[in-house]
Amino acid sequence: MAAQDRGINFVETKYFSFSNPLNEFFLESGEKFGPITLAYETYGELNEEKSNAILVLHALSGDAHVAGFHKGENDPGWWDAMVGPGKGLDTEKYFVICSNILGGCKGSTGPSSINPRTNKQYGLDFPIITVKDIVNAQCHLINHLGIHKLLTVIGGSMGGMQVLQWAVSYPDRICSAIPIATALKHEPQQIAFNEVGRQAIMADPNWEMGNYYGHSVPAKGLSVARMIGHITYMSDISMGEKFGRNVKANKEQFKFSPEFEVEGYLKYRGDNFVKRFDANSYLYITKAIDRFDLLNGKKLGDVFKALKAKILVIAFKSDWLYPAYQSLEIVKACKLAGVDSSYCEISSTYGHDAFLLEIEEESQLIRDFLKTVSKR
Amino acid sequence: MNRVEYDIILKWIKPHSSVLDLGCGDGELMAMLKREKQVSSQGIEVDEKAIYKCVSQGLSVLQQDIDTGLSDYSENSFDYVIIYQSFQQVKKPAFVLKEALRVGRKVIVGFPNFAYYKARFQFFFTGKVPVTPSLPYEWHDTPNLHFLSISDFIEYCKKRKIRIEDSAFIGNNRKIRIFPNLFADTGIFSLSAEERK
Repeated sequence: MAAQDRGINFVETKYFSFSNPLNEFFLESGEKFGPITLAYETYGELNEEKSNAILVLHALSGDAHVAGFHKGENDPGWWDAMVGPGKGLDTEKYFVICSNILGGCKGSTGPSSINPRTNKQYGLDFPIITVKDIVNAQCHLINHLGIHKLLTVIGGSMGGMQVLQWAVSYPDRICSAIPIATALKHEPQQIAFNEVGRQAIMADPNWEMGNYYGHSVPAKGLSVARMIGHITYMSDISMGEKFGRNVKANKEQFKFSPEFEVEGYLKYRGDNFVKRFDANSYLYITKAIDRFDLLNGKKLGDVFKALKAKILVIAFKSDWLYPAYQSLEIVKACKLAGVDSSYCEISSTYGHDAFLLEIEEESQLIRDFLKTVSKR
Repeated sequence: MNRVEYDIILKWIKPHSSVLDLGCGDGELMAMLKREKQVSSQGIEVDEKAIYKCVSQGLSVLQQDIDTGLSDYSENSFDYVIIYQSFQQVKKPAFVLKEALRVGRKVIVGFPNFAYYKARFQFFFTGKVPVTPSLPYEWHDTPNLHFLSISDFIEYCKKRKIRIEDSAFIGNNRKIRIFPNLFADTGIFSLSAEERK
């Protein structure tokens, strides 16, 4: 059924540009960078006191289109089950904002954007960015929208890292924070998976040191990177339930073409990803995640020292990419800093993907938690 | 939790203090303390369903084991640490009590008394593990890991130089003043780490 038949209002992506010569943006590296455009979408109405704004932060491959439908498209946004009227983030009560991250390829400035100095895509001339830079850029957007204090910042995976970075960089600008299936810092196993993805992209002859715009993209490399990603997002149980040892219906002749359903699925996921994602963005964003370390030499008890906001930490039982013990580290940091915190490890067999799929329990927690967040 | 036990704990807790409730369950006690004593509370509970119920009441709760959840806190993080009816269920009660005394200025412990006269009678006359209102489980499905009496606990505190600041005993929903180890099915203690002078 087409979107309009279901009575859903369409959403449009908006754009905000900043970091011009009068108001320059400095990266964590000290480098000046601009101009910057952020693509963003909003849902619901901002109230008069501007106290009902929620910032949703997307994961590695997400974008500003968190919910609802774009005109002419039949698939809703990436967290449509969570964001909307009567849902976990109820757009009848809250003003929900989501922006594509700096370095992304869905409307925000990233390596595939045109460098105004050369009139060509940045490619590898794009500077190294960090999660802190991504959050600093978002803060410009929040200022632009005239919001002083966000009711909450919420996100899973890399979105959760941005949540934690908000809590550290702008403790006075948030009333609460909801980091989901995430970690205070990236650990070696997580870095290792990302590195295999990056190596796959860079090993693709089409990559050409990032100068592939206008000709063939490194499709094979990016597809393999995505396949590895998908393995880490699922669990042995969810794979078993979804595919078992089922054999594909229409097998190709070649000896080593995908034979099992799981192979076909990964290939399909990989190929699809190439159509919607830029390989250089993948390199830059995974690097930003790998460099993420909120401790950065600090003592665990000092991380949230300045924080007055309430925190709801959520983990999932079968998530082995961001296991629950990493969420418990966040909890520990809250305990040591005296931060008002709640923690739940939701039962699920979906692995890391659970934060997008285990909606019922997650929504209930988030809805109830938000009710008690004071808008000071 | 019955009204008598609740009133006792309520009386011991100062208004606007901070409370850590270990094994807080659905958050019944925390909710009451918040309402009637305006405490700031934090719960620790292992059961996922109970976590949802706590959060729905606006209570802060962490899904963790009592045995491991305490150690993350620094000294005197709370005015009170409450271990109510969960003390006999932890793996290492001695460790938990020691940690609780470190993390809280005062510790309130409540547990079922195994030496309650009805339990003694049942054991003596039937030769079976007793089932009483405060120990309602059969041997094969009990969450209780340790069975102790009021006398056991008082002796333990004496040995470990734990100061008993206050105590109350309940049997048949009434306060028991004589022979508590015989007539009380539940004992509640307010403790502190200071040595007896």
